[in-house]
Amino acid sequence: MNALNIQKGMSRHSAYDLRDPHSQVEESHTLAVLVENEPGVLARVIGLFSGRGYNIDSLTVAEIDHEGHRSRITVVTRGTPAVIEQIKAQLGRIVPVHEVHDLTVEGPAVERELGLFKVRGQGEKRVEALRIAEIFRANVVDSTLESFVFELVGTPTKLDAFADLMRPLGLVDLARTGVAALARGL
Amino acid sequence: MSRTMTGARMVVEALRDQGVDTVFGYPGGAVLPIYDEIFQQNDITHVLVRHEQGAVHMAEGYARSTGKPGVVLVTSGPGATNAVTGLTDALLDSIPLVVLSGQVPTFMIGTDGFQEADTVGITRPCTKHNWLVKDTDRLAETIHKAFYVATSGRPGPVLIDIPKDVQFATGRYVGPKQIEASLYQPVKKGDPAAITRLVELIEQAERPILYTGGGVINSGPGASQLLRELADATGFPVTSTLMGLGAYPASGKGWLGMLGMHGLYEANLAMHGCDLMINIGARFDDRITGRIADFSPGSVKAHIDIDPSSINKVVRVDVPIVGDVGHVLEDLLKVWKARGRKVNSEGLSRWWAQIEEWRARKCLFYRNSDTIIKPQYALQRLEALTKNHDRYITTEVGQHQMWAAQYLGFERPNRWMTSGGLGTMGYGLPASIGVQMAHPEALVINIAGDASWLMNMQEMGTAVQFRLPVKQFILNNERLGMVRQWQQLLHGERYSQSWSDSLPDFVKLAEAFGCGGAQVRDPKDLDAAIQAMIDYDGPFILDVLVEKHENCFPMIPSGKPHNEMLLGEAETQGVIESEGAVLV
Ligand SMILES: Cc1ncc(C[n+]2csc(CCOP(=O)(O)OP(=O)(O)O)c2C)c(N)n1
Repeated sequence: MNALNIQKGMSRHSAYDLRDPHSQVEESHTLAVLVENEPGVLARVIGLFSGRGYNIDSLTVAEIDHEGHRSRITVVTRGTPAVIEQIKAQLGRIVPVHEVHDLTVEGPAVERELGLFKVRGQGEKRVEALRIAEIFRANVVDSTLESFVFELVGTPTKLDAFADLMRPLGLVDLARTGVAALARGL
Repeated sequence: MSRTMTGARMVVEALRDQGVDTVFGYPGGAVLPIYDEIFQQNDITHVLVRHEQGAVHMAEGYARSTGKPGVVLVTSGPGATNAVTGLTDALLDSIPLVVLSGQVPTFMIGTDGFQEADTVGITRPCTKHNWLVKDTDRLAETIHKAFYVATSGRPGPVLIDIPKDVQFATGRYVGPKQIEASLYQPVKKGDPAAITRLVELIEQAERPILYTGGGVINSGPGASQLLRELADATGFPVTSTLMGLGAYPASGKGWLGMLGMHGLYEANLAMHGCDLMINIGARFDDRITGRIADFSPGSVKAHIDIDPSSINKVVRVDVPIVGDVGHVLEDLLKVWKARGRKVNSEGLSRWWAQIEEWRARKCLFYRNSDTIIKPQYALQRLEALTKNHDRYITTEVGQHQMWAAQYLGFERPNRWMTSGGLGTMGYGLPASIGVQMAHPEALVINIAGDASWLMNMQEMGTAVQFRLPVKQFILNNERLGMVRQWQQLLHGERYSQSWSDSLPDFVKLAEAFGCGGAQVRDPKDLDAAIQAMIDYDGPFILDVLVEKHENCFPMIPSGKPHNEMLLGEAETQGVIESEGAVLV
């Protein structure tokens, strides 16, 4: 028998639902949660994840409409298809949450993260670091005679790859923002 | 038109505008300005409780017996933390409450001031929503919003934390109608395609069952009426969770009795063997399903619920319908009637024949005694002597609660108040007070165990002060009976800490509180004792000394499926395997 639609935004609208709902395989999903920016709203969202034992792999939040006091929270989470559905439904239940979008199922999306990487080194290593930074299109945003701070924007995997390459070249510190994501097209 | 007034006056004004007639509360430093306003008006009755947990359970009793939100007022710090159990109870049972708490003045927040607690932080996971109001101009609006959130969609408790300087300051009052439409708009109407799909299934089903829950009651009396119409017109059997008792009448011809861990044999086997399960406002709680993997293996499942997160949370369903039970049942009946009111009559009569076979097992049979009052017998007599009264029942938590659900019959919704989701001992006495406040003329009985009753017994003082003639029917087994039963079945009869030692003399206790009291131990005296309790003009404690080691059957042990229920003592040897033993 065919399951019927629950509501807009749930995965049953897409071909993605052809997956087995009973699958025990964990998937990574990027969720965009649009909220009223009232005090404590972030605590509510985070409390939901910790209280119900869901994972957070990355989380970003900022006000995107200063007049309407709307914020956008982007969460990257992991779980079986059933758990992902439950996470979305639970998020939708929070009173100041207005919309929940699963960017992983709703169609192609762009995901970007910003990273700052401090690399310490001299001589050949320093030159090599700069060369790799160019290949990755990272910018130098701070420099001393013994160090650089590179700024790199890209997918999380691109940032991972960059960090891996910089480690033997003297990576001493790094900061990452977590993922911001938007659906492609209109 | 807007008016200017202090925050404290706004609280009273907003409550009045929301139609509130009763507030359950307890004063303290951080709410004194509000108490000052309460002193100067007569529209709202304030019930002074003895402990803030009692206030919240009273408000729950009030809410569940009226369908209106219950209102609580407590002070900061310990006042607010004492309310936490009640809030959690109301959240799990979806009971609409508006709790107002005082807070230290805004300029002291964060300094660990006297009686400061992070009340919104502490209550965030146990409320549907909460607010800290830092500006008197926002106070009235927030209170009106709070009532809206508590009562719309899936109901639940909300809390508003009000710092003392916000109560003193003046601001602009706005009425309920001046509030902008909330963005929080839960879906009420079900998806028509899904409803039609369900009608098709109803037309074909050979072994259908209506599995109903508290959502039917929360949806309002109209929903119970529609459920009756659906069940009676289709001839489908009806079972209910603990929370849904009374939505369908116990005297109705489709009634199978309660299902679940201590549910009736015929109800559980019908759930196990059905081919179409229609879940109406219930949530596949673990007390209901038993082992999930073996839960009703051969059925197509439909689920009507106002909360999208209830759907597919525990059990994967085939026809999910998000919507308010009343709206969905109305549409469902319309479509079913328009398509010619079809059912599979042949299948249904075979199904009922099977159900009658199960029923013939008489699963509620127990061995009665002439010398000792059996708790089941006490409840049967209570039922016989009170069923023609305008009666409301509350309970505590334990064996007595399950026996009450099994042996009492409920004909109407909002007549049965019990702590289902949280299982809070100490709920019943204050809840009975809340019910009696709302229904001064009715017969309100709290069915209690000795241990549970002690947990909030201070509220007897409240009953006496407000002349609320609540009847406390204590099935006294001098044991934490339900714990003792589990230890017998699961822990090799090692009865660790499960007896009630040093119990007070309940009759003397009644005397000390200034209410009526009596003790009964001989089955021959039971009827007269119950009658005296009913007739007594005022609150009354009846201490019924019952068999100490009676077990509550039927029982589905934790981790077992529906078709492996235990019906009596003979079947209880080594029943729960280690795997099931980790479950509660
Ligand atoms: C506040 C709280 N603490 C502990 C429990 C665990 N518990 C469930 S039933 C029970 C025993 C209840 O004993 P009593 O009230 O005498 O009722 P009986 O089972 O004997 O009918 C206990 C301790 C609970 N439900 N609530």
